[in-house]
Amino acid sequence: MSEKKGRFGIHGGQYIPETLMNAVIELERAYDFYKNDPAFNRELTELLDEYAGRPSRLTFAKKMTEDLGGAKIYLKREDLNHTGSHKINNVLGQALLAKKMGETRLIAETGAGQHGVATATAAALMGMECVVFMGKEDTERQALNVYRMRLLGAEVVPVTTGTATLKDAVSEAMREWTRRIDDTHYCLGSVMGPHPFPTIVRDFQAVISREVKAQLMEKEGRLPDAVLACVGGGSNAMGSFYHFIKDESVRLIGCEAAGRGTDTFETAATIATGREGIFHGMKSYFCQDEFGQIAPVYSISAGLDYPGIGPEHAWLHDTSRAEYVAITDDEAVEAFEYLSRMEGIIPAIESAHAVAHAIKLAPTMGKEQIIVITISGRGDKDVAAIARYRGEDIYE
Amino acid sequence: MSKIAKAFEKTKAFIPFVTCGDPDLETTAQVVRAMAEAGADLIELGIPFSDPTAEGPVIQGANLRALKAGTTTDKIFDLVRDLRRDVSVPMVFMTYANVVFSYGTERFVSTCEDIGMDGLILPDLPFEEKEEFAPVCRKYGIDLISLVAPTSADRIAMIAREAEGFLYIVSSLGVTGSRSEITTDLGAIIQVVRENTSVPCAIGFGISTPEQAKKMAALSDGAIVGSAIIKLLEQFGKDAPERIADYVREMKGAVGYRPSL
Repeated sequence: MSEKKGRFGIHGGQYIPETLMNAVIELERAYDFYKNDPAFNRELTELLDEYAGRPSRLTFAKKMTEDLGGAKIYLKREDLNHTGSHKINNVLGQALLAKKMGETRLIAETGAGQHGVATATAAALMGMECVVFMGKEDTERQALNVYRMRLLGAEVVPVTTGTATLKDAVSEAMREWTRRIDDTHYCLGSVMGPHPFPTIVRDFQAVISREVKAQLMEKEGRLPDAVLACVGGGSNAMGSFYHFIKDESVRLIGCEAAGRGTDTFETAATIATGREGIFHGMKSYFCQDEFGQIAPVYSISAGLDYPGIGPEHAWLHDTSRAEYVAITDDEAVEAFEYLSRMEGIIPAIESAHAVAHAIKLAPTMGKEQIIVITISGRGDKDVAAIARYRGEDIYE
Repeated sequence: MSKIAKAFEKTKAFIPFVTCGDPDLETTAQVVRAMAEAGADLIELGIPFSDPTAEGPVIQGANLRALKAGTTTDKIFDLVRDLRRDVSVPMVFMTYANVVFSYGTERFVSTCEDIGMDGLILPDLPFEEKEEFAPVCRKYGIDLISLVAPTSADRIAMIAREAEGFLYIVSSLGVTGSRSEITTDLGAIIQVVRENTSVPCAIGFGISTPEQAKKMAALSDGAIVGSAIIKLLEQFGKDAPERIADYVREMKGAVGYRPSL
């Protein structure tokens, strides 16, 4: 797969300040040891099952399937996890790893707040200190999650630099890591950043596709025809794709945030509008101008509002193993409302991007075919924002 | 011997930094000329980047102001062409990997040679990734400057052995910006550096006062100052070049002359 350590084709690598190099080398060594350590894995499995509520359900979306009149649709219910999203899968793994490494403090970036809440939760559970960096604009869009993090004992630092969104939160978390490295683990929330993060996060999220495969085998006795997931940095998508990469009959479709459209500047669709670059520790695709300045991006979804994509996705795109489509704000909001009414499931606005593509795709497929959509999180956090989008001002 | 190494030959070097285009390129040109006249031995020119992850608030601010003013890589190349008509002090670019990569590494580095730059510092390019840029830099005679950090430990020797131009010793943990105190055991780091290379080394990050500069230069071959200069620009705007000249003169005096080498 990779010609060089930490590479996915030409993507990946470790483009970080020298100050952080020994920290990522130490992290890699620790991970290489603990990933094969039966005691570590027993402990993690117990946390995932007894604390996070795994395995998550694979729900047959009967009404949606009938309404769209094509492929059978299953929903992978990461929204049912403790803390309300897939983020807990990765965070429990990294927090446990950090604890084994002797770290006492977790720092994290967050966009929508889901990863921040998950990190604050794991820190509370494991008795660790926690600081979450969040773009100031996002602290306003997602005030409820800010309060949840504080309730869990974390400090939330509003980031005012740059565009005051997710990318700036990542930059500030990286800066904080260079400031205080000896007792601190940077709990990165997506399949991005310098090696070994894209691999570690993917492995901890791969539980999604491992379960989907087994659950669908039990229900249908076969593989799905397509797996759909939303992509910002790409952690729930990478987790949903991973165990299907070798099953070539399974279409893997990542749904990016087009914002107001890929033909506008108000978009966050990296594969559709970005080009090769080096940023946040990795080589991958980034939205940028002709001189390599990272572009301000936009999406209604704070969790997908990121100008890059994880390096393994970039490689899956290069090799055409996965397809990437762009979904606009309008389409995502319609899908958000559609799934709520149709199945009684309010998805995160991020996940609604994947639902939106399924609405287009299912009718073009045969009734014997199967689509799995990963519902990466629940939508409670988005209700007030969607109401505002529809012109209703409600209090959170 | 590279032109950069020559800057350290007879003297302990004082190395000021300025972000190009903050607040505009005309001011940058005046600042660079003022620094050269005031005795700077080597000048670091920052090419602004939208997301400078190794910088503290002061230089972050400079980067964003410069970009807002419409500064681009091409305009900075023009600035250097103009400066090189009368400024002979060695100069290095300091920017982020994406600025070079997105321009086209070979196109960027060959232009550096063409306009008379001497080196390149990329703080997000560690030893493990440098082979992507180093051969091109060698081809065009541009020194790719390596950095050593307080956390480098067992990596110092490896980095020092392949150092070119000069070695940038990062004084402290964290990002750029002034500090009241530098607590890293720099003597121990520099001892390992000396055992592994004859390339000169200079200390940067956190230095703002003449006392600090003197202390740092006594330990090494020079002192690098950035944020303190950007602060003067912020404070004095168009009048900053003169103030910066005074500051550089004072710092150069503190760094002092190398007794013998």
